[in-house]
Amino acid sequence: MEKVLFLAHTQDDGTLPGIALEALAAAVEMTAKLPGSSLVVGLVGKDVSQAAEAIGSCGAGGFLAVTGEQFAVSRYGSDCAATAALIGQSGATMVVAPATSRFSRSLPGATQRLGGRIETHVSGLEVVDGVIRVQRWYYRQRMVATQTRVQRPWVLVIDGGVFAPWAGAAAAATVENVAVSLDAAVVRTTVIGVQSPSADAQTIRPGADLLFVAGAGWTKKQADGQFHVKDAADLILGFLQNAKASLGSSKSLVDQSSEGESVLPFMSHLNQVGQTGSTPRHPKGLATCCHGEEPHAVGWRFINERRAINLDAGCGWAQGKADVLYVADAFQVMKKVNELLG
Amino acid sequence: MNGGFHIVVCGSIVPDPLQTLAPVDGPTGPALKNEMMLPSVLDPWAGHSLYEAANLAKNIPGSKVWLVSLGPKAKLQQLMMSIAQKVTFELVVLDGPAGGFTDSFEVAAALAGAIDKIPGLDRSRLLLFGGCASASRDAGVTMQMVGEQLGITEQFLGVDELKVQDNGSFRILERIEGGQYQVSECSGAPAVLGWATGNLPEPPNNPQIGMMNMRTVMPALQKAVPAPVGVGGVSYLGVELPSQRRETRIVKDMSADDIAAEIVAWIKG
Repeated sequence: MEKVLFLAHTQDDGTLPGIALEALAAAVEMTAKLPGSSLVVGLVGKDVSQAAEAIGSCGAGGFLAVTGEQFAVSRYGSDCAATAALIGQSGATMVVAPATSRFSRSLPGATQRLGGRIETHVSGLEVVDGVIRVQRWYYRQRMVATQTRVQRPWVLVIDGGVFAPWAGAAAAATVENVAVSLDAAVVRTTVIGVQSPSADAQTIRPGADLLFVAGAGWTKKQADGQFHVKDAADLILGFLQNAKASLGSSKSLVDQSSEGESVLPFMSHLNQVGQTGSTPRHPKGLATCCHGEEPHAVGWRFINERRAINLDAGCGWAQGKADVLYVADAFQVMKKVNELLG
Repeated sequence: MNGGFHIVVCGSIVPDPLQTLAPVDGPTGPALKNEMMLPSVLDPWAGHSLYEAANLAKNIPGSKVWLVSLGPKAKLQQLMMSIAQKVTFELVVLDGPAGGFTDSFEVAAALAGAIDKIPGLDRSRLLLFGGCASASRDAGVTMQMVGEQLGITEQFLGVDELKVQDNGSFRILERIEGGQYQVSECSGAPAVLGWATGNLPEPPNNPQIGMMNMRTVMPALQKAVPAPVGVGGVSYLGVELPSQRRETRIVKDMSADDIAAEIVAWIKG
C-alpha cells in the first residue's frame, strides 16, 4: 500500500506543462495498480487554482499547494523548500513528477533533505506482484535497466514522451495551502528572466514531428573543392522553416565553433545530440552528413522512424540504425526537398 | 571580488565513448564487461566544469581549484597523465568504483565527506562545480545531493555561462526547455553549479602545468581514501542492451529529385 504524491509546478500562465500531464497519467496508473493505495496532488506556483481545476477529476484524495510570488519562478532554494514541504505534509511514500528543468534541478536536493531516494529519467514504470519497477537508461542510452527500491519516500522523475498525457475533465478542486517561509539568507538568487534565441535562430522545437540532424559534412569541402557553408546554412534553415522540424547536431559540428573553423551561425551546443548532448524524442528523424555513432545511435535512441542521407554507402553507423540510407549529396537533395515543401 | 573563489570540481572517469559496452552481473550488482580494461576519459560534462573552473580561477586572483575524483585509483592515475597537463588543480582521490550502477546517494555522501575534509577550504568562498549529469549513471542528481549535505542552498543545473561581477555576485545562464536559457543572479558564494558544455574548448596539453600538478597528484593518489560505494538500496532486476538493429534499406542509384520526393512524402505521411 503506497501513498502516491503527484508533484507538479505551474507555468507562467497558471497552467500545467504538457509533460506534467504525462507524469500525472503515470501516477494515476500506478496508484490504480497498487491495491489500497491513494493519490494526492501537490502543486507549486504563484497561483495553482487553474491548474488544480484542470486536473480536478484525476481521482486524487486531496490537493496540496505551496503558492505565492516567491514560488512563481524556477529557483532551487524556493523549489526545494516547497517540494520538500509537500512531500512531508502529504506523508507520501511514492512521488511522481515530470522531468522539467525546474524539478530536475530541485527534486534531488529535496529528496536528500528528506532522506529519500530518487530515480530520474524514468522511461518505463510497471507494477508486478505489488512491486513498483522502473526502467531507466544507463551510459547515455546504451543499456537499459529495470530496477526497484524499498526505501521511501521514493521519488520518480518521469521523462517526457513516455506516457500519454492524462486527459480527464476539469472539475472543482479544494486546495489546501501548505505554508513555507523562505529565509532571505537561504534564497540569495534572483531570477531575471528567460533568454530566447532570436526568431530565426529558434531551431530547437521539442514538440516537432521531425528531428533534422546536421553533421560536420555540411561545412567540409564539397565535390567542387570549395566550402559552401552559407549555402548549407540557407538549406538547413529553409528546411527547418518548411518542415517545422527541430534541429539537432553532431558534436563535431558544434565543436567547430570553438575550434575556429567555418560554422553554421545558428548552431550551438544546445543543438547537440548524443553522448554529451540531448536524446530528444520525436516521431521521425532525418540525419544528414553525419558519420559517427553519436547522431545515429545515442542521439537517435528515442526516434521512431529514421532516415539518413550521406555519401558513404558503407557507413557503419547508419546501417542498422537507420530505416533508409540515401547515398547522395545532401546539398542537392535538401535543395529539392525545400522546393517541394516550399 | 576579494580573496577569490575556492572551486571544488567533482569529476571522475567514464568509458571512452567509442568503446562497445556490455553489461554483466558482478558480485555486488551490474557492471560492465571488462570494466577495468576499458579505456577511460574524464566524464565529459565534468570536464567542461573543470575547464570553466580553471578559467575562472585564472581570472580571479586568490582563487584555487580542487578536483575531487571517485574512481579506481589505478585508472585515475592513468587519466591524470592527460588531464593534469591541461589545467592547474589540486587532486583529492576517493578510491572506489566509478561505474554507473552505483547509488547516487552513496556517491554523494562520499564526495561530501571528502570535500568537508579538504584542508584550508573556505566554505564561504566555495563554488562547487561538476557536470550536470554523468555519462555513466546520467541521473543529474549527485551535485544537488552533495550541495545539500554541505548546506549550500544556491544551486544551478545545466549551466553554460557564469559571469562574476565586481562585488562577487554572479549572473548565470542555465539551460531550460526549448533551447532557452534562464538568467539568474546570485549574490555570491557558496553555490553549486552543474555545468553543461560551457563555452570553453578543451585546453591543449601543457607539460609545464603537468609538471606542476604532478607534485601534488602522485601524493594525492598515494593518500587515496577508500570509498566502498555500491548499488545501495537499488535492486537491479535486469540490465540489457537494446536490440535495435534495423534492416536498413540502402538507396544508391536514385536521383536527387526522386530521393527528395520520397523524403517529402515520408515527412508528410
